[in-house]
Amino acid sequence: MNHFPEAWGRPRDDVYGAYNGAHLASGMPNQHTQSPIVTGTSVVGIKFKDGVVIAADNLASYGSLARFTDVKRLHRFNSKSVLGFGGDVSDMQYLDRLLTSLDIRENYHSADDAALSAKNLHTYLSKVMYKRRSDFNPLWNHILVAGLDTEEKPFLASVDLLGTTFSSPSLATGYGAHLAQPIMRKLVPDEEAAARLGKEEAIQAIKDCMKVLFYRDARSMDRYSIAVITKEGVDLNEDVKLENQSWAFADRIRGYGTQVN
Amino acid sequence: MGGFDFSNHSRNIALHAKGVPLPQATSTGTTIVGCLFDGGVVIAADTRATSGPIVADKNCQKLHYIAPQIWCAGAGTAADTEFTTALVSSNLELHALSTGRKPRVVTCMTMLKQHLFRYQGHIGAYLVVAGCDPTGSHLFTVHAHGSTDKLPYVTMGSGSLAAMSVFESKWKGQLTRDEAVKLCSEAILAGIFNDLGSGSNVDVCVITPEKATLLRNYIQPNQREPKMRNYRFEKGTTAVLSEKVITREDISKYVTVHELGEDGAAGTGEKMEVDT
Amino acid sequence: MASIIHMGREDPGYSFSAAPTAASANREHSFYPYVPNPSPLPSNSPRYTDNGGSTLGIAGATFTIMAGDTRSTSGYSINTRYAPKLFLIGGTGTEHKSARIVLSVVGFAADGHALAERLDTIVKMYKYQHGKDMSVAACAQRLSHILYGKRFFPYYVQALLGGIDEKGAGALYSYDPVGSYEREQCKAAGAAASLITPFLDNQVNYKNQYVPGSGSGLDLQARQAVPLPQQHVETLVRDAFSSAVERHIEVGDGLQMMTITVDGIQEVLIPLKQD
Repeated sequence: MNHFPEAWGRPRDDVYGAYNGAHLASGMPNQHTQSPIVTGTSVVGIKFKDGVVIAADNLASYGSLARFTDVKRLHRFNSKSVLGFGGDVSDMQYLDRLLTSLDIRENYHSADDAALSAKNLHTYLSKVMYKRRSDFNPLWNHILVAGLDTEEKPFLASVDLLGTTFSSPSLATGYGAHLAQPIMRKLVPDEEAAARLGKEEAIQAIKDCMKVLFYRDARSMDRYSIAVITKEGVDLNEDVKLENQSWAFADRIRGYGTQVN
Repeated sequence: MGGFDFSNHSRNIALHAKGVPLPQATSTGTTIVGCLFDGGVVIAADTRATSGPIVADKNCQKLHYIAPQIWCAGAGTAADTEFTTALVSSNLELHALSTGRKPRVVTCMTMLKQHLFRYQGHIGAYLVVAGCDPTGSHLFTVHAHGSTDKLPYVTMGSGSLAAMSVFESKWKGQLTRDEAVKLCSEAILAGIFNDLGSGSNVDVCVITPEKATLLRNYIQPNQREPKMRNYRFEKGTTAVLSEKVITREDISKYVTVHELGEDGAAGTGEKMEVDT
Repeated sequence: MASIIHMGREDPGYSFSAAPTAASANREHSFYPYVPNPSPLPSNSPRYTDNGGSTLGIAGATFTIMAGDTRSTSGYSINTRYAPKLFLIGGTGTEHKSARIVLSVVGFAADGHALAERLDTIVKMYKYQHGKDMSVAACAQRLSHILYGKRFFPYYVQALLGGIDEKGAGALYSYDPVGSYEREQCKAAGAAASLITPFLDNQVNYKNQYVPGSGSGLDLQARQAVPLPQQHVETLVRDAFSSAVERHIEVGDGLQMMTITVDGIQEVLIPLKQD
């Protein structure tokens, strides 16, 4: 016997030979999502006085390849909530299936179309995401939940692959956090400003953000989905073309330094 | 014996393997921008210098003088931007003296990129070079590895994306001087309020063929609110173990003593906040 | 019979090194009748982030003040300008009516939320089962046990627990991520703790201060700390934060401050610089 506790009470290797544990493992260890494969880029969302506007482009990238160009990353959950997914597309599709089955189960018991508010949905999603990260098996997404809360007030919150949650008058994932948030924050620095913002201004702000993201995010494209959630329901358009692009700066550019013509 | 001595390199590798961290340089975490307008060029910068998450200087100047009408905004390692611009400024002055002509912005940009390329990115200077010379108004960016760009509007530093979002949504061709100053300061403000590496005030430099105007602390959107309490200590609070008084008469035997008024000759530097 | 079958087996049927292979009992809502328990292999995926910010607690003679900034960060970005780090523990309902305990958490926000929610449930269950409020001392020890319960996958947070003790005096407990805890008069935690702590040492405990004229050289008398009035502590907390904002990039946007007394908890929100 040696002094290592793991050896105590076990058949001695020098008498019985080393323990053969081959049958316990099924060959390879279980593999989890270690990194995302097919991915969606930014999601942007902004609150206004009667609801929320949210948008995401329709591209799913495979590394730096623009692989799928008609992937819808905004999902209508019910009449008062829409989800926007950034990150891994297969994990997005798993979550979609999970949430659809949740919705069916909820509706089985009541005739109310939206028994779960956007806030309820966000709480549920954050628990799923936090549990999966705690199991070392994260769902590789950053999600925005947009809609109305239990009191029918505008609701916008995010949850990421670690289960981190936060809410703000405007939110953006991925590159949007760097490129779109400064534009939106200027428009709605606080909840009071969001409560004054009109619907058309909010839609215009989101469209401006999508344009800047298309200019500067190399994993983005010029066709996107946009949804407006108000008490009247969800107005989701899944094929919007980016408008009013300006390439006016380009005609002045000659080389990168000393070139003249 | 000729050749290089790599013993310091070996020493550093050995120290690093032992877990000794590399010394941390002060970084100008920074938002810097530049924009051409009809008849000149504007550059602007925030004024926060950081060392990790700590603010090292709340009001540093990131707009560096190169030549009377060539200025440079610097991001990256503070020491590198400071010394690189000083070196090029010095060489450009000698060049101007020897040729008897005003220095050109392309010359400055070429000297910077050749110097930085030689050091393969180890000199962490990220610069926006702007100026006016006999060939016109020019705006460049120079990266630490030596690559350059020539564009009508540019941003750099950790706040470059926040600043670029302003340019991409508001820039148009043929700006006036005032429009360009407003656009550049707005871009810096976007960096100040959205990027943690940037903060405090906005510095602007407007360069036209006639003159360069440095607008130091052009916007000051982050004034500190007054403290709620007074932290002046009563005289005698600090323990004194020994005391020695040297009178003015005594010291003036060895050095010349100048009397400084309330805002006397030493008032060239910026004043420190003191509780009264 | 069972023993005979077991004797026929060549292997002992257990292993110290291999991972458990049984199905997990509790699962998220899902479709599959059987989900194999994922083996807890060390994964390269990130499990924590630092969401920045700072918290502070000061216990007085009849009150405890808890405070925290409301900025949430990741890297050089601001997630939101309003993410409270102070949580009411106990009381009734989601509004925490008549609660007398406050938990502040700083570090990894998702763990912080999970921890606050767990402690809140426990304190509410205690009231339900025993018909009386849990004392701060009991709550403090329970929190320590919750933290140690995840010793090898810790809640990545620095927690402070504030309340009023059984004698009516302000009580403040501070924790490390794995449950080591201590009752203290004042404590700063989080990103700017190293900036705020020396200020507190000097202004609350009068460290490095001597009574002027009480002697000379080493005979000088150190200034004795006295319990500070509520108003005084509030101004100290506000100055501590407005100063931390000046010198730490992760602190700012807003200051959430809760004052706990026997009569209840008062909350104020004060704006801080946003750069």
